Amino acid sequence: MKHNVIITPDKVIVDGNELKHNEKGSALLTELYRNHIGDYPKFFKMDTLSKLGFITSELLLNIEGDRDFEPREDRAVILFNRNASLQADTHYQSTIQDPKHFFPSPAAFVYTLPNIVTGEIAIRNKYFGETSFIVIDDYDEQIIMKNLINAFQDPVTTSIIGGWVDCSDEEHFEAKIFLMEK
Amino acid sequence: MIVCAAHNIISPLGNTSAENYAAVKSGKSALRKYDGLWRLPESFVASLLDRNAFTDERHTIDEQIVIASISKALEQTEIDVRSSKVLFIISTTKGNVFLLDKREKGFTQERVRLGVMAREVTKHFGNHNEPIVVSNACISGVCAQIEAMRYLESGEFDFVIVCGVDVQSAFIVSGFQSFKALSPDECKPFDANRCGLNLGDAAATIIYTKKDKANDNEWVACRGAIRNDANHISGPSRVGEGSFRALRIALSDLDPEKIAFINAHGTATLYNDEMESIAIERAGLADVPVNSLKGYYGHTMGAAGVLETIISMQAVDDHNILGTRGFDTLGVTHHLDVSNQNRSTEKRAFIKLLSGFGGCNAALLMAKGGLK
Repeated sequence: MKHNVIITPDKVIVDGNELKHNEKGSALLTELYRNHIGDYPKFFKMDTLSKLGFITSELLLNIEGDRDFEPREDRAVILFNRNASLQADTHYQSTIQDPKHFFPSPAAFVYTLPNIVTGEIAIRNKYFGETSFIVIDDYDEQIIMKNLINAFQDPVTTSIIGGWVDCSDEEHFEAKIFLMEK
Repeated sequence: MIVCAAHNIISPLGNTSAENYAAVKSGKSALRKYDGLWRLPESFVASLLDRNAFTDERHTIDEQIVIASISKALEQTEIDVRSSKVLFIISTTKGNVFLLDKREKGFTQERVRLGVMAREVTKHFGNHNEPIVVSNACISGVCAQIEAMRYLESGEFDFVIVCGVDVQSAFIVSGFQSFKALSPDECKPFDANRCGLNLGDAAATIIYTKKDKANDNEWVACRGAIRNDANHISGPSRVGEGSFRALRIALSDLDPEKIAFINAHGTATLYNDEMESIAIERAGLADVPVNSLKGYYGHTMGAAGVLETIISMQAVDDHNILGTRGFDTLGVTHHLDVSNQNRSTEKRAFIKLLSGFGGCNAALLMAKGGLK
């Protein structure tokens, strides 16, 4: 495991060092975006799960070194969580609950899939490699590590952005993402 | 070698794999038009199970068809399902999402979590391993099989039970309607007049195990790959990048002449089918027959990859390339060999291809008796 980043509603830890910030919860994600990324306005369209996974992966890749955004197929993005896309699901359900105020939208519906966050990371970094999303009901490092080691059975994969990205609503989330090399 | 030990399909076309295959072979479909169902303002065409047939009040319909499908697959084997060497992998996109509807009663909200739903299933079978839920949009069913292959290769488990499931609801149908992705009539995969997909209910199970050698009649999951388009979260790559790359690995050094057919995703949306034609041609497979099963089942989402693999295995067993129901005139820009008629084949391998939201794509090579 090369580098890791942890983000909770009130803490940001990059390779074991706490990163200074002022905000908490959803505002923290926006603050991190403005201070450390800033050049990817698609961020504002994302649901909380994608924002969280995107920001965490950006902080992770920033410590890896120069970002050249060269297309590559040998890096996989394999993430896990407990609540799948619950925040986006709840939001989408609110748009169809009342027949008198029925306004389903593609922009809300597309995020009702947990693997969208892996696609967002692949798009940002031009990763043509494997992307996958797995749900387990409790965080279990052993299950996650075994699964990621298995993923190196792919003949091309040499590197994985892996770990846990979970959110139950806009203010409650937890990400622990790391970079793993074969 | 990773070998298929048993399988089952529960769908509107039948409750066994054999019933399902026979129905498809004879051209049957469960696609019907529904008007006013689930208080949806727009009508839609879908392949739905009879909701009244599910009477177990302890389990949701999703859970009931998963349990029924796995039970029927297990009946064909001697597996001790409670063993710590047996792993359950569930493939689903939306699981019990209908429980988010405030009008739904009878189950706690936590049941909407996919891991809780999966635990209900393993609890039923008395298995104590933590179930894995693959939720990779429409490619989940192939991803779950690739996961199973890896777990068996690693030696951690002796048997992996893969079950794909999705049951349609107002949530899913309204979402696809908002995307303008649904066809007002029965879908027409790869056809010039295709205008969208239909959705469907199903559960499908494959039990995989590892063997040193497969006999001539055993189905071997040879290799599979998952690749991303790195292009768009809700539209496929215009150059079929992810599907092409996944196909390239599934095919590897195999002579395309050995492949009976590619069972494509073939949802009958304009963009999906066009993208697949590009990817298949780029992979050098333009002369291999292609079919889609969406005209029989609609798009069964989390079940699709498992269900369509099972139907395709039976088709090869029957020396048959199933016709693509709903297809008439080729309507993609790259050459594909598609037919609405069943055709005969003596070949013993096929590729299952899928793609989905999030830019994900997956391909799986299956061969009867393994690759010689």
